[in-house]
Amino acid sequence: MNFYGYQRENGTYGVRNHVAIMSSVICINGVVEEIARQVPGVLPLTHTHGCNSTREITLRTLSGIGRNPNFAAVLVIGLGCEGYGAPEVAEAVASSGKPVEYLVVQKAGGTYKTARKGVEIARKMLSHAQQEKRVKAGLEHLTLGLECGGSDAFSGITANPAVGATADMLIAEGGTAIISEITEMVGTAHLLKRRAANPAVSKKIETYVKLGTEASKWEARRSSSRAIAPGNIEGGLTSIIEKSLGCIMKGGTTTITDCVPYAMKPHTKGLVIMETGGYDIESMAGMAAGGAQVVVFTTGRGTPAGLAGVPVIKVVSNSTTYKNMEGDLDVNAGTIIDGGKTIQEVGKEIFELMVKVANGEPTKSEKNRQNQFAIRQEGFNYPTLKDIAEKGL
Amino acid sequence: MEYKAIKISPSDNVAIAVTSIPKGKNVAIPDNEGLVANQEIPLGHKIGLVPITKGASIIRYGEVICTASEDIKPGDWIHVHNTEVQE
Repeated sequence: MNFYGYQRENGTYGVRNHVAIMSSVICINGVVEEIARQVPGVLPLTHTHGCNSTREITLRTLSGIGRNPNFAAVLVIGLGCEGYGAPEVAEAVASSGKPVEYLVVQKAGGTYKTARKGVEIARKMLSHAQQEKRVKAGLEHLTLGLECGGSDAFSGITANPAVGATADMLIAEGGTAIISEITEMVGTAHLLKRRAANPAVSKKIETYVKLGTEASKWEARRSSSRAIAPGNIEGGLTSIIEKSLGCIMKGGTTTITDCVPYAMKPHTKGLVIMETGGYDIESMAGMAAGGAQVVVFTTGRGTPAGLAGVPVIKVVSNSTTYKNMEGDLDVNAGTIIDGGKTIQEVGKEIFELMVKVANGEPTKSEKNRQNQFAIRQEGFNYPTLKDIAEKGL
Repeated sequence: MEYKAIKISPSDNVAIAVTSIPKGKNVAIPDNEGLVANQEIPLGHKIGLVPITKGASIIRYGEVICTASEDIKPGDWIHVHNTEVQE
């Protein structure tokens, strides 16, 4: 099966054709926004990281996002004195072969002069991008990010299993799906390891689930080993494995071909685990930095959340929320309960919509201009393996 | 009104109530005709589909989620009161 995407210099295919104006550091977000105001059609990508953040994770995320094939060209704006600079991000993005340029505000002479130069560059990039046409590509060139947020008692019955069916269908076509949120995998290492492609992947799964367990304790400031939250028990969940299974259902049933750190591009196709926390926007940004061109996002209570540059297909678990927030939600998996549909049928519905979205059909989050972007706040709300070793978490 | 529960994987021995099911009511689940709720089953909670003996696995999503701490009959509400979780 095929989709129609924008072929990039390195042989990848974008499902969108954005020109990104990217901040390397929070201090110059206003410059990026000014360029975007003057050049309608470009996509500003600002974030809150500065010199307080982990240099490595910021550089890796920005570089990965810049290389994502949904971007035709990238202009990076930096300040000059930050720990990771615009030149480094631009160099990393340039390795993908796409047009990239950078400006450093301290060298260019401040906000006004940088914005003026930036507007000129952005206009050229935009007019170049507008000449590109969609071409046919196989689904083996598509990477789907899987996310959930605002889950409810129906998520594990309808939306997540349906998305799992979608992931299986894409992988059967040779594509890639990334399942993230290792904080939701507590207690499932033995099940996931059975699906590992080889012993090395099995070992990584064990490490990631351990990290996810510690991270979820850190996030919740409570023990997550035996007791699940009282709200979960009230909702009908008996064990932490049952809760985690509801989440990992999104990944379907196929072999786990690799595990990759946050914002890293997988080198295998098929189902891949990415080590992200449970914060939706940060997690989606990590998968986009790892090359995901489309995200499928399941929700029970409803969320308008989207991601800058990447279409997010929202699948809701129940018809009540769907009716309440229809303008934000793309697929109603509540039809498994009250519409006579099976999990497989809704999975197919999501799969077919995913192909249409890949061909250019906008999602609700795109129509609503929900262009969020965030980088993981490592060490603040998420421990690193080093933290765990040193602090004995 | 019809009271429904959903069985997710073919090997599951429980189904999940998608409405709150009162005690004594028939439960509509494909391939499990004649199932009656022995207790009230709250929305999102599990109902047993087959006899499950003490110590046997409770299976949802095709995986073991806990074990029965007492004998469970078809139609029983299954939760923390009649199950154990192995550490």
